[in-house]
Amino acid sequence: MSTKNSLPDFRNTPIIDQVGVEERVARFTTRSIKKSSKMQGLKMILNMIDLTTLEGKDTEGKVKQMCFKAAHLHDIIPGLPTVAAVCVYPTMVKTAKDALKGTGVKVASVSTAFPSGQSTREVKIADTKFAVENGADEIDMVISRGEFLKGNYEYVFDEIVAIKAACGSARLKVIFETGELSTLDNVRKASDIAMYAGADFIKTSTGKISPAATMPVTLVMLEAIRDYYYKTGRMVGMKPAGGISTSKAAIHYLVMVKETLGGAWLSNEWFRFGASSLANDVLMQIAKETSGVYQSLDYFSKD
Amino acid sequence: MATRLEIQKTYKIYIGGQFPRTESGRFYPLKNKKGDIMANICQSSRKDFRNAVVAARGAFGGWSARAGFNRSQILYRIAEMLEGRKEQFISELILQGLTDKAANDEVSLSVDRLVYYAGWCDKYQAVFSSVNPVASSHFNFSVPEPTGVVAIIAPEESSLLGLVTVIAPVIAGGNSCIVLASESKPLCAVTFAEVLNSSDLPGGVVNILTGSSEELHSHFSSHMDVNALSYYRKNKNEIKTIKENASLNVKRIFIYDKLVLASDKAQSPYLIFDNQEIKTTWHPIENIGSAKAGY
Repeated sequence: MSTKNSLPDFRNTPIIDQVGVEERVARFTTRSIKKSSKMQGLKMILNMIDLTTLEGKDTEGKVKQMCFKAAHLHDIIPGLPTVAAVCVYPTMVKTAKDALKGTGVKVASVSTAFPSGQSTREVKIADTKFAVENGADEIDMVISRGEFLKGNYEYVFDEIVAIKAACGSARLKVIFETGELSTLDNVRKASDIAMYAGADFIKTSTGKISPAATMPVTLVMLEAIRDYYYKTGRMVGMKPAGGISTSKAAIHYLVMVKETLGGAWLSNEWFRFGASSLANDVLMQIAKETSGVYQSLDYFSKD
Repeated sequence: MATRLEIQKTYKIYIGGQFPRTESGRFYPLKNKKGDIMANICQSSRKDFRNAVVAARGAFGGWSARAGFNRSQILYRIAEMLEGRKEQFISELILQGLTDKAANDEVSLSVDRLVYYAGWCDKYQAVFSSVNPVASSHFNFSVPEPTGVVAIIAPEESSLLGLVTVIAPVIAGGNSCIVLASESKPLCAVTFAEVLNSSDLPGGVVNILTGSSEELHSHFSSHMDVNALSYYRKNKNEIKTIKENASLNVKRIFIYDKLVLASDKAQSPYLIFDNQEIKTTWHPIENIGSAKAGY
């Protein structure tokens, strides 16, 4: 069976043991990471964040302000990295691209009728092309959850292939909206479909539905990435998004990546956090480590 | 028949409407005059304080936005609940060395003090507000607004009255607070938290820790998300450190080392006013009085 662009054979997909996953996940939260290793972890987290604004009320001004924050997280503390990317709607890509010129921060755009994905394929492809033509480096697409839950896997697969083709050289992240997939087995199945269809990243959620990213879901997806890597030799990235707002939780995710996929995935090329409020919490922790004093959000920029 | 074993109460701390043990797992034994252990008390750590500040900050928005009248109702409710559990507090105070009469008086005075502040909740604004005469065409007025998150190091010598005296004016004014209870007389603090928890007071508005001021005062005073600190003890060294640390984020510092808890001076609208900020608004108006026909 060819591994390129054909639906995977689900008979080979392992069944997910939910209790086992939860127990494994609980153990990731017991690692003691303190002082210098914590500092390094915190900086790594900052550098893995996709700073996100995906609201109906977004304006160019808001996006510009967020882009400035992306490149200047907290200038009072020297030696901080920038975030990995900003994540915006297609209409804001041009604004973000201009605002980030010369900073090295990537622009990611959601597309394919985000967040519901309820639209025709033509519209989704046009949406994607519009974002890419405006300069998006990365595309975050949503799968058609309705079709997936109906069992119409071919449709989902073909759609990802089509969007991947429309992306050109932009990297494609595929959002499953795991909060709507209801079981971990479905999450595993969706991961396999997306990776075999050519996804560069798989991503948990849009951030519009609760529950968003959880550790069990992320672990299932990481294990899917690992199995796919062993089978094909191709690395696929992972992006949990939504609901990760504290440094402590983010460090648990890093532990999970390291212990599931290994150090090769611990860079923003292969792992991202989709978050808007996480950055400030990490910055507060870093400021606490450097000044020794607990911090207040009053002293950190909101966007 | 076998003799019944008495069920001892576990004294825990109060953070965000929950009763956790200290995250540090530490405790100190509380002894009575004879030297027998009465209870093990949580020795709170700086991380408990940090968690309490997060809870207090979270609760501040909702609490400060409540109408004064509603805060008044809730303070009165606390008084009602305290009255209902009078016997328990009296027996705890006696355990901690008070005579029957002194214990009875202390509980009664605590209830009365809560009622006193319940009355002030929707009145201090009018007392401390003003309409200011200005020389331009503006309507200029000043109103008090709550300071924010207030850290309190409660008096050492009193178990219940001290606590009520320091908490009531702060929450009457719409602030949220973290209180370090008396180290040597902590029993009522934990029981009082149970009263608060059953009085419609939103979780996080009052957080009560037990432990040592020597260990915690520097964290109370250096935390950037604490807006004011009230200190009710007499330790000169601690006062000095607190004042120095407070300069980090220009906290409001109030040292009440001479307050006599049982006196009338220990209850006053000015104690509410201490944790208020004055906001002055310049509102442009047409100068109606001197208006002439415009045509």
